[in-house]
Amino acid sequence: MKKFVALLLALMMVLAMGACSSSGTTTEDTATNDTATTDDAATTDDAATTDDAATEDTGDTGAADGELIKVGFAQVGHESDWRTASTKSAQDVFTAENGYELSFVDCDNDSAVQLDAVRNFIQQGMDYIIIDPIVATGWDTVLTECEDEGIPVIVIDRTVDDSDKYASWVGSNFKTEGLACGEWLKAYAAAQGITEINALVIEGSTGASATIGRTEGFKEIADREGWTILDSQNGDFTEAGGQEVMESYCQSYKGQFNVVICQNDNEAYGAMTAMDQAGVTYGVGGDVILVSFDANKAALELVKEGKLNADFECNPMAAPDVDAVIKQLEAGETPEKEIYMNETWFVAEDVAGATITVDGAEQDLVVVTQEVLDARPY
Amino acid sequence: MNTLRKATRQQLFLPIVCVILVLAVNMVYDAARGAGIFNFFHIYIQNDLLQGRLINILNRGSEVAILAIGMTLVVSASSGTDISVGSVMSLCASFCCMLIAGFGVSSVESADQFAMPIVVGLIGALVMGVFCGTFNGSLVAYLGIQPMVATLILWSAARAIGLLLCNNLIVYIRVPEFGIYGGYIGCVPTPIIIAAACVLVVSLVLKKTAMGLYIQSVGINKKASRIAGLNSRKIIFICYLLCGLCAGIAGIVASSRITSADSNNIGLNMELDAILAVALGGNSLGGGKFNLAGSIIGAYTIQAITTTMYNLGVSTEVTPVFKAVIVILIVAIQAPPVKAWFKKHSAAKAAKKEVARV
Repeated sequence: MKKFVALLLALMMVLAMGACSSSGTTTEDTATNDTATTDDAATTDDAATTDDAATEDTGDTGAADGELIKVGFAQVGHESDWRTASTKSAQDVFTAENGYELSFVDCDNDSAVQLDAVRNFIQQGMDYIIIDPIVATGWDTVLTECEDEGIPVIVIDRTVDDSDKYASWVGSNFKTEGLACGEWLKAYAAAQGITEINALVIEGSTGASATIGRTEGFKEIADREGWTILDSQNGDFTEAGGQEVMESYCQSYKGQFNVVICQNDNEAYGAMTAMDQAGVTYGVGGDVILVSFDANKAALELVKEGKLNADFECNPMAAPDVDAVIKQLEAGETPEKEIYMNETWFVAEDVAGATITVDGAEQDLVVVTQEVLDARPY
Repeated sequence: MNTLRKATRQQLFLPIVCVILVLAVNMVYDAARGAGIFNFFHIYIQNDLLQGRLINILNRGSEVAILAIGMTLVVSASSGTDISVGSVMSLCASFCCMLIAGFGVSSVESADQFAMPIVVGLIGALVMGVFCGTFNGSLVAYLGIQPMVATLILWSAARAIGLLLCNNLIVYIRVPEFGIYGGYIGCVPTPIIIAAACVLVVSLVLKKTAMGLYIQSVGINKKASRIAGLNSRKIIFICYLLCGLCAGIAGIVASSRITSADSNNIGLNMELDAILAVALGGNSLGGGKFNLAGSIIGAYTIQAITTTMYNLGVSTEVTPVFKAVIVILIVAIQAPPVKAWFKKHSAAKAAKKEVARV
C-alpha cells in the first residue's frame, strides 16, 4: 500500500510539474503568436537577437545606455477574461521590438506574493515597475524602497490608498461608467416613452472600487432624476451570484421592476438565466431593460442580439497608456498623476441618440454590429 | 409533556428548532410589512416551473447539502475535516467542461461543437472527484497525516490545476443539455433531485449495511476498532473517497447551473459551509457518532439564512454580520453548557412541582 501511495504522490508531482511547464509555454505562445516573426527568433535565440533588437530600437525609445528598458509587471492573477486581456495587452506592448524587456509575474491574487515580486524587481534592477495592486493598502514601505532605488512605479487598474510614491496611475473611472449608465438610461427611457423607472442593482464584490464607483455614479443620476432603486444586493461579480440574486429579486419584486443593472458581464449572464426561469422578458422589446458593465466580447454578442440593452466598457488595455507614461518619464517629463483610459459605451439600438453628456463631456454611443465585434481585441 | 420531553431529547431536535427559527424570522418580517404571514412559504408554478422561497432554499442549498454528506462521514471517521472539497469541486467542474469543450476552447454554443459527449465529461468529473478523494484518503489513512494538513494540499492546488485545465479561461458551454443538471427536470429543479438521490443512497447504505456503525466505531476509537477486527485505515480511506465523489457531484451541479466552468469562483469557501453544516447539524467535529440528517438540515439552514437575507433586503455590507450573529446563536444554543443549563432548569422546575405535590 505504501508503494501505491508513493506512486500516487510521484504521479501528482509529475502532473503538477507538467502543469507548470505547460503554463509557461502558453504565455510564451501568446507572446510569439501576436508579434511579428522577428520576435520568434528572439524567443529561440535570446541573447543574440535581443541585442540586435536593442541596437535597432535605441533610436526611437531613447534608452540612454543602448539596452532594452526593463519593465517588471506584477499582475493580480488570471481570474477573469478581463484580467487575461489586461495581461495580453502588456505582453503585446512591452516587446523587444518596442524596446522593452518585460518580466511578468502572476501573483495569483496573493498580496504577499505581489510584495515579494516587487522586491525582486528592485533587486533585479528594473527600470520601471508596473503593479496592479491586489490590496489598496500596505504599499508605503515597498514603494519607498522603489523610490530610494530611483525606480518609478506605475500603478494600473486598482488603486493604492496609503501611499503617493508612484509616478502615475492608469485606470478606469468607475464613477464615470456609472454616470454614463445613468445618462444613457435617461436618454433611452425618454426616447421609449418610459416615465417611471424602478431599478434593481446587482452589485459587485463589496468594497471593490468598481462596485463603489459604479454604484455611486448610477445612484447620483437616479437621485437627480427621481428614479426608484428598489434594491441593491451583492452578486460578487460572478455568474452564480448574479443568478441567485436575480432569482430572489424576481420573487420579491415580481412585476415591479423595469430596469436591471448588473455591475459586470458575468452577473448579467446569471441574471438572464434567472429571468428566463421566472418568465421575465428582457433586452430589446422585453419588459425589463438589462444593462451591464465591462463589455467582454461574449457580452457584446448579446448586445448585438438585443438581449442586453447596453454595456459600459471597462478598458483592460492599460499597457499603451503605460507605454506613453514611460516615454514621458524617459524624456524627463512629469506625467499626470491620474490617467483615465478611454472607454466606450455600447448599445443595442440607436434610439437614445448618438451621444450622451457625461459629467459635462459629450461621449459617443456605439451601436454593436459585426464590424464592431470583429474589431474588438478581447 | 412527556412526549415533548422525549422530543427535546432527540438529537435532531435542536437543528430543526434552529431552521424553524430562521424561517420564523421571515414570517415575522412578512407579517410586519403587511404581506401574508406565509408569503415566504408560498410555492407556485410560474412559467411552468416551481417557484418560491422554499424551493430556492432547497435548490441553492443542494451543493452544500451534497458536500455535507461526504464531510459528515469524514468528520466522523477521522475526527478531522476535509478542507479541499470546495477546490475539488472547482477542479471537477473544470475537468468536466474541459472534456466536453476540448482543451483551450473557451466557448461552445451548440452540441455539434462538443469534443466529447456530455456523459464523458460527467464521468470524468466523478472520476476526478474520486481521484482527489483517494489522494486525500491515502495521505490521512495510510500516511497518518493530520486531515487538515493533508487536505490543505488540494485546497490550494486543486483550483489552480482546474485553471490550468481550462487554459486560464472561463469555459462556457452554453448548451441546454448541459444546463439540465443545474436547471429543471419537468418543473422541479434538478439539483434538488440530485441532492435527494445522494442523501437517499448514502443513508440506505449506512442503514442497510454495517458501514455506519463501522465509521462511528473507528471515529470513537481507532485502535479499539482495529483490535476488534475492523480495518480502520480502509474505512477512513473510503470516507475520504466518498467525500471526493460528493465534491465531484457538487461540482457538476455548480458548473451546470451557470453552464460554464468558472474555476475561480465555483465552490469558493464552500468547504467552510460544509463544515458549518455538519456542526449546525449537532454533530461533534471531534468525530465518532454522527447524524447525517442533522448535517443535511444544517446545510439547508445555511441556505435559509442566505435566502432570508435576500428576503429581508439586508444591505450587502451588513449581511455577513447578520449571518455571523445567527450562526453564533445557533451554535451557542447547541453548546453543552447551555444544554446543561436548560436541563438543570427543567429539572429544578420538576423538583419544585414534586415539592408542591408533597
